[in-house]
Amino acid sequence: MSTATVEAARPGVESVLKELCLTALAGLALTVPLVTYQTIDDVGGLQLASRWGSTVFIVVMLVLGRFGIILLRTPGRETWVTIGGGIAALIGLLDLFRDGMAHLLGIISWPAITPTYTLSFLTGVGGAILAIRAVVQVSQRNSSMTKADRDARTEAIGEQVRKLVKVFAALAVVFALTLPFLPFSNRYVIDVATLIVTYVMLGWGLNIIVGYAGLLDLGFVAFYAVGAYSYALAAQHLGISFWLALPFAGLLAASFGLILGFPVLRLRGDYFAIVTLGFGEIVRIVLINWYDVTNGPDGISGIPRPDFFGLASMTRNGSDGLPPFHEYFGLEYSSEHRIIFLYYLIVVMAALVALFTVRIRKLPIGRAWEALREDDIACASLGINRTTIKLAAFGISAAWGGFAGAFFATRQGFISPESFTFIESAIILAIVVMGGMGSLVGIAIAALLLIGLPEVFRDLAEYRMVAFGAGLVMIMIWRPRGLLSHREPSVLLANRPPPGPGRPSARPVAAAGEAAE
Amino acid sequence: MAYLIQQMINGLTLGSIYGLIAIGYTMVYGIIGMINFAHGEIYMIAAFVAVIAFTALSNAPLVVAILLVLLFTMLITAAYGWTIERVAYRPLRGSFRLAPLISAIGMSIFLQNYVQLVQGARNKPVPPMVQGGFTIMDDGGFTVQLSYLQIMIVVTTVVLMVCFTQFINTTSLGRQQRACEQDKTMAALLGVNVDRTVSMTFVMGAALAAVAGVMVTLYYGVVDFFLGFLAGLKAFTAAVLGGIGSLPGAMLGGLLIGLIEALWAGYFSSEWKDVAAFSILVLVLIFRPQGLLGRPEVEKV
Repeated sequence: MSTATVEAARPGVESVLKELCLTALAGLALTVPLVTYQTIDDVGGLQLASRWGSTVFIVVMLVLGRFGIILLRTPGRETWVTIGGGIAALIGLLDLFRDGMAHLLGIISWPAITPTYTLSFLTGVGGAILAIRAVVQVSQRNSSMTKADRDARTEAIGEQVRKLVKVFAALAVVFALTLPFLPFSNRYVIDVATLIVTYVMLGWGLNIIVGYAGLLDLGFVAFYAVGAYSYALAAQHLGISFWLALPFAGLLAASFGLILGFPVLRLRGDYFAIVTLGFGEIVRIVLINWYDVTNGPDGISGIPRPDFFGLASMTRNGSDGLPPFHEYFGLEYSSEHRIIFLYYLIVVMAALVALFTVRIRKLPIGRAWEALREDDIACASLGINRTTIKLAAFGISAAWGGFAGAFFATRQGFISPESFTFIESAIILAIVVMGGMGSLVGIAIAALLLIGLPEVFRDLAEYRMVAFGAGLVMIMIWRPRGLLSHREPSVLLANRPPPGPGRPSARPVAAAGEAAE
Repeated sequence: MAYLIQQMINGLTLGSIYGLIAIGYTMVYGIIGMINFAHGEIYMIAAFVAVIAFTALSNAPLVVAILLVLLFTMLITAAYGWTIERVAYRPLRGSFRLAPLISAIGMSIFLQNYVQLVQGARNKPVPPMVQGGFTIMDDGGFTVQLSYLQIMIVVTTVVLMVCFTQFINTTSLGRQQRACEQDKTMAALLGVNVDRTVSMTFVMGAALAAVAGVMVTLYYGVVDFFLGFLAGLKAFTAAVLGGIGSLPGAMLGGLLIGLIEALWAGYFSSEWKDVAAFSILVLVLIFRPQGLLGRPEVEKV
């Protein structure tokens, strides 16, 4: 992946052939059993169905792609790689949309070159990536800039983007506030928006522990579950309203976080991650098996909706002695009122998290978190009590998770342990990681992409998690700091200028992170 | 008494399987200091490949079929292990601390859903192939059974462990691995190909997980794409319990976890057995992070 290989000597034909053969062998081993043969339930046991066409195609494409990468190692052959990659991308694109295009042109659809739509997509993407790499390599070689210059320029662009981000954030807030009244908005749009904002809030909550304190929490969903179940149970058994239960849900989740956090915080990075994962699973198993309280895998249904701040009920005919919302305000009845109300509720809750985060980043504890993230040994040497600040991060993060959980319960009206699996934790973590740990705007954009896109492409639902896993790996390889990385300290000493574009070496940590690109 | 013996037999069988997977975790952790979260999925892939291979070989004699399937599965998972390291972990050396773990989680999600996509979401049942066994004890109403399959699993595990320990201790690749574990830079200076050694570590871990995958397919007779997550976590627990980085520790940890799980399921309740395993993980990490046979780790600046 590094440009250092460019200077390598021209590889001999023999070694190229060896490498290609190795690629082909690996490709065959990866695909032959799992892709080629599918087991199918049939009368009298499993039967095998074979798909050799796909296998051969995949292996050929892998070898061609590998050949392209080998060609890129010697300068001067980029044109061929660009053309090859471009052709592959074009074939993939044409095959992917052949029905639509044939329909548009009024001709009969042509036979596809790629065996399946998945493979057309992969061919297209793979070809495009190869072509882009070739072009980037040429432009880097032709420009007279050194690597330091390029880094400085990237840094300057990043600075510009960061300035734009503020404008963008303001626009996004305005958009979020006016969304229900925009012309294209309907029930579905608001529902999806509510879902996205819920994840934005969860991402911001997790961001405190992952982004600021630098601890990888893989069991965040446990706090989400605690919040959801505490509201559901309080409403069901004690008849407590949403507004009363909300702070309790947060507090309960926070104390839960503190109890769990206390023993594990002494652990190092990856052990910490695995233990939190273990805790998340324990909570889920308890929810499934503690039948008397949680109703087990059947979950809790009929969770009441929140009322309008104790003034009006969000139902058609009113309940609990409260008048219905539309009568209270003298409006025409619309079932959308409740959805819009829930939407604004989560927007306000998310905004609270954002305000809180922005403020706390500048407080001593926020600075201590950043110090901890960058170097925990140095942090301890400076007299910061690591346990206390880690615990604070854990508790605060958990509290936000609990609030979001209570909202989730009241919005869905039904919760079950199914909603609180490890995958949920992984999705929230991916949002934080992809957004660039620590960047609020980045996390919001990531939530929009990771939650919004699958909603738009519902037909491709089965590919969602595959793309998701691959995406996590690719982000770690290409942009380990996330889409919008932000690693500068929030607070600097008064008369020391922030390390700017001219001094890229002043940020060794970020430089190390980018060196992997 | 009879019941206890039966549960111990079941526990040892299960423990052997965990032990085989745990070796992959422990070796990778020892050599590059990362938790290979996707290792559980390798085991799951092995189980799926085993189902496919057994279906293809359904007419072959049993012993031949099992041997062929074992070899084939080991080959395939070795390729998966090698590719995963090449694609998802090698580019991340020298990146920030948590990057490999996040990448591994991504890989794990990817593999799980990839298998679901290409093989379908349904469970795959396999007809029981190795049947029968001994009755060891008849304690009035309760008979202790030791099936041929259980004997096969334990014996295979023991044989593999002996071979593997010999391999690590005597061959030059084993020496290189131990050298890399001590100090990668120094090993590289002395002419050890570190990249290749790390690759081989993944290959070997994956091959051992493949054996576990084939065994579990035969033992339980049903395979699903979610199999790797729990087994992987428990095997990791086993590796931590035995002392991460230590091969005998991984085996010991595996056996202990298997026994604890079987006894817990036998005497308390089978629904809570996973909680038992996770609680052990948490307790060990808190009170004895170096495990039973491991060396304590020194925090370096």
